[in-house]
Amino acid sequence: MTNIIEVKNLSKRFGEFTAVNDISFTVGKGEIFAFLGPNGAGKSTTIKMLTTMLRPTHGEIILNGYDPAKEPDEVRRSFGIVFQDPSLDDELTAFENMEFHGVLYGVPRKIRRQRIEELLKFVELLDRGDSLVKNFSGGMKRRLEIARGLLHHPKILFLDEPTIGLDPQTRNHLWNYLKELNKSEGITVFFTTHYMEEAEKIASKIAIVDHGKLVAVDSALGLKKSTGTETLEEAFLKYTGSTIREDEAAPLDHMRMMRRFHTGRK
Amino acid sequence: MKTIYILWLRQIKRYLRSKSRMIGSLAQPLLFLVALGYGFGPIFQKAGEGDYVQFLVPGIIGMSIIFTAIFSGIEIIWDRQFGFLKETLVAPVSRVNIMLGRTIGGATVAVSQGIIVFLISLLVGFHPVNWLLVPVAFLVMLLTALLFTALGTMIACILDDMQGFQLIMNFLIMPLFFLSGALFPLSGLPSAMSIVARFDPLSYGIDAFRVLFTGTAHFGLAVDISVLFAVTAIFIALGSWLFSRIEI
Repeated sequence: MTNIIEVKNLSKRFGEFTAVNDISFTVGKGEIFAFLGPNGAGKSTTIKMLTTMLRPTHGEIILNGYDPAKEPDEVRRSFGIVFQDPSLDDELTAFENMEFHGVLYGVPRKIRRQRIEELLKFVELLDRGDSLVKNFSGGMKRRLEIARGLLHHPKILFLDEPTIGLDPQTRNHLWNYLKELNKSEGITVFFTTHYMEEAEKIASKIAIVDHGKLVAVDSALGLKKSTGTETLEEAFLKYTGSTIREDEAAPLDHMRMMRRFHTGRK
Repeated sequence: MKTIYILWLRQIKRYLRSKSRMIGSLAQPLLFLVALGYGFGPIFQKAGEGDYVQFLVPGIIGMSIIFTAIFSGIEIIWDRQFGFLKETLVAPVSRVNIMLGRTIGGATVAVSQGIIVFLISLLVGFHPVNWLLVPVAFLVMLLTALLFTALGTMIACILDDMQGFQLIMNFLIMPLFFLSGALFPLSGLPSAMSIVARFDPLSYGIDAFRVLFTGTAHFGLAVDISVLFAVTAIFIALGSWLFSRIEI
């Protein structure tokens, strides 16, 4: 099996703080790869470096044969991503958000329209297609983000905690859909999650990171074996300890106030 | 091409959907027009400079354009804070096209505001000397708007959040407006001030509007257009470069 992602000695420092510390791993073509770790372990920072949003302090990345630092456009043509935090335009409708994405990714009009309808139906938002996203609930926005991420069919699909805030039905739906995509189109899936049973059920390979360091890479079975545990959750806790991690708070509320103040927008 | 179009379309849709913003950003220029236009009118007349409203309207059009354009450019900061910027940044399209689409969109919005101010000013007694030149004036308004939207984008790429916004407002946008000759003639100014006005791109935009609307010039239309073109090109190039450097 050839590798579609190769990461060698990857590090990212923000001033004094080392978010990612000398990580190396590979992801095979067509693999479903789970990237697990407690809050603040460096998962999202790694994904940002893989997806050209952040330049590494040190180390090498090869994604679909290209280096994100040197050939960002080639890399961008290779992947799709569902972000952890919101990335929709609130002032546009659900349909317009999808359409915008489809045009940016050069999905031909006919396929685009057909897939948009299909996917909106899939996340049960078809009847709300023409509503502005700002009137959506958190769960609806999340579902729309996922639908948008599936609109074009890339070689690699990144999903950063895609199932957060989804009900079990939608979650189940999503994983089945991803498995199907993986099988029928050979799309490599790279995802993070806090639900261990999801990783255990769907991933063919699992990496565990903690404090910016890679602590284990193996199949779910292998991880359980080497820790002598019954479930992936227990194995995960064994690797990462049971202390609770703090996530950094976003200055978003302050921003909302400023925006309202300056533009009169809600 | 499609990228530019869809980004342009997004700006237009956002503009048309926020009526409060549209009306809000008209209030200030209109207040200036009425208060200054009628307030200083008699003095201007006594000084032998003619009709002040006639002089002031091109300046106020310039005002609505610079404010709307820079704000449109700065919107990238909000896109960044609200996450939408990521969506455009990871897309497999060239940064220059993203920058162009946004800038043309923002500029279109700014020109619409300028045209609305122009139409309203007709009601308070403004009259262009030659109606045939009005469409040409609209084109120069577009050029001016492109210049300042690109400037707004540059600012947004440098600032991480809105904390520095007051600074930009008070030390950049306000001086650009007040020292541009929008409110007073540039001839006969103290030399320090006239030098500053010479370095203010808005001076050339407003001078061009005056040439086309009222037939009076300070720098002359050829100089105006050349300066506007050159600065716009530089700002768009710089803006694209800064935009491609953004990290999230």
